[in-house]
Amino acid sequence: MMNFVPSRRAGRGDRRFAALALGAGVLVFVIVVAIAVFLAIHGASAFRSQGVHFFSNKGWNPDQPKPRFGIEALIFGTVASSIVALVIATPIAIGSALFLTELAPAWLGRIGGYLLDMLAAVPSVVYGLWAVFVLIPKMIPVQKGLNTALGWTLIFHNRTGGYGRTMFVAGVVLAIMILPIIAAIARELFRQVPNAHREAAMALGATRWETIRLAVLPFSRSGIVGASMLGLGRALGETIAVALVLSATFTVNPHITEPGGNTIAANIATQFGEALTMGRSALVASGLVLFALTLVVNLAARAVVYRSVRAVEARP
Amino acid sequence: MTAVSLREASADRAGNARRRKVANLAACGACALAVVVALIPLVAVLGYTVARGVAKFTGQFFTTTMRGVGPLDATGGILHAIIGTLEQVGLATLISVPLGLMVAVYLVEYGRSGRFAQLVRFFVDVLTGIPSIVAGLFVFTFWVLGLHQGFSGFGAALALSVLMLPVVARASEEMLKLVSQDLREASYALGVARWRTIVSIVIPTASAGLTTAVMLAVARVTGETAPLLLTAFGFDSINANPFHGQQSALPLFVFSQAQSPFKIDVDRAWGAALALIVIVVLLTVVARVVTRRSRVSVT
Repeated sequence: MMNFVPSRRAGRGDRRFAALALGAGVLVFVIVVAIAVFLAIHGASAFRSQGVHFFSNKGWNPDQPKPRFGIEALIFGTVASSIVALVIATPIAIGSALFLTELAPAWLGRIGGYLLDMLAAVPSVVYGLWAVFVLIPKMIPVQKGLNTALGWTLIFHNRTGGYGRTMFVAGVVLAIMILPIIAAIARELFRQVPNAHREAAMALGATRWETIRLAVLPFSRSGIVGASMLGLGRALGETIAVALVLSATFTVNPHITEPGGNTIAANIATQFGEALTMGRSALVASGLVLFALTLVVNLAARAVVYRSVRAVEARP
Repeated sequence: MTAVSLREASADRAGNARRRKVANLAACGACALAVVVALIPLVAVLGYTVARGVAKFTGQFFTTTMRGVGPLDATGGILHAIIGTLEQVGLATLISVPLGLMVAVYLVEYGRSGRFAQLVRFFVDVLTGIPSIVAGLFVFTFWVLGLHQGFSGFGAALALSVLMLPVVARASEEMLKLVSQDLREASYALGVARWRTIVSIVIPTASAGLTTAVMLAVARVTGETAPLLLTAFGFDSINANPFHGQQSALPLFVFSQAQSPFKIDVDRAWGAALALIVIVVLLTVVARVVTRRSRVSVT
């Protein structure tokens, strides 16, 4: 981008303003570094107290005379609920993005897009409240059905007969919350597909679906992977809805239709109020792990889908 | 894969045509169904919140607090939470909007495609992906513990600023980029200093888009609960001073009441949830209306 810039004889005002702008840019960098540093400092005593067992202990009793706690169960719950969310949300998000950009008339696509974006505007505490009183009872027959039909897989097998506050329901709530994110990026990706590709497919006599399969999806495949991973990053860190849905247990239970389980973020929200010195340090330490986890997922996602994602996030 | 599919698409034998037609209908139908499925939760959440919350929309609910409200009293209100939310979100906006705008000015007007500007963009992206509870933990360790400030509404505002800053910066960057280069050059040609050009030509030209970006960022953080738990902590009465002492906020109020086993508490949670949704939806809708006008005025 070449353009005329009268910088040679910049006055004092100009230099101050430029320094101010640069300072704001530096601040962003400072904040990110400060987050890592402060979490590490205040989480240190928890790391020291448990050593490597911080990653392999399952229980959470940091404020006992002999503190014993670890994040194994929390990491499992965080990853499991997010994967459930991803498996549910991705196909629905891509299907609806395809419908809104490729199949629906423009006006319908626009209205549908607004409505999908509204889904992202609902606060997570409201989703949590709704999930506790509406979704949990509604999901009981669904999970019973899954247990009957797919109980032979370890995952949907339920040995308890209780289907209330389960990892599966937490995953469904997370799916609702990440769906608009994935759908928004997918819509942007599909819009970037050159029309010539579509026309080429149609000229060969392709049906609408074949056009999508031949021209649209191959063009945006890597972007869709990135979009899903950004959704995953959001799901990993989502706190309040999960905290309201799950009744915390510190177990690694692969049977996701059985009640219990917990996530790193939800554990911080529910334990913080009563936590004492070591308890707070332990929560901060777990937060540092969550920070690292989401950082890795988000950076990987951005590496895949850099341009289109930036375009979407800036969209007013 | 493409070559095979192309052959498939062009192999138009009699039996094939029927199969393709059915596949087309099934796939398009599935996509339409996906939209319906995606929108069910929106309708369900909004509908249910309105149905359960509207009974609480009385003058009493908006003008009283939870001070001295016993566990069996159906009275009590959200005035303290509304005050907290207004102060926290207001302060967060005051902090993050000028900063975010300056970051955007740096990226568009000064750094451009330079190496450091790319680095700043990268860190803005990193900040965008930070879970809100981590922002809360950061302010807790840095402000509440590190600087011994204790829990306060201002701490909450700091945490919300961390979440708002990258959103404002990214969106403002896009908006400033839309301002035509000719406008800047016309201003330089008149001998106007560069910073004056940015402040009185570039930013006002993009103002509609910037307003939208700020409103969407405000809408997003107004509903945030997790960071407030660790910074404002919650309170049952009015604390109008955001710089000292625990404060409540609408999302915190919903969260605490929702965990209660008693119906009268849960009813209050629904009332506050409806108030929260009304605020957020209004901000979002107004922001969209502003954008539609901005598309005409920018460029």
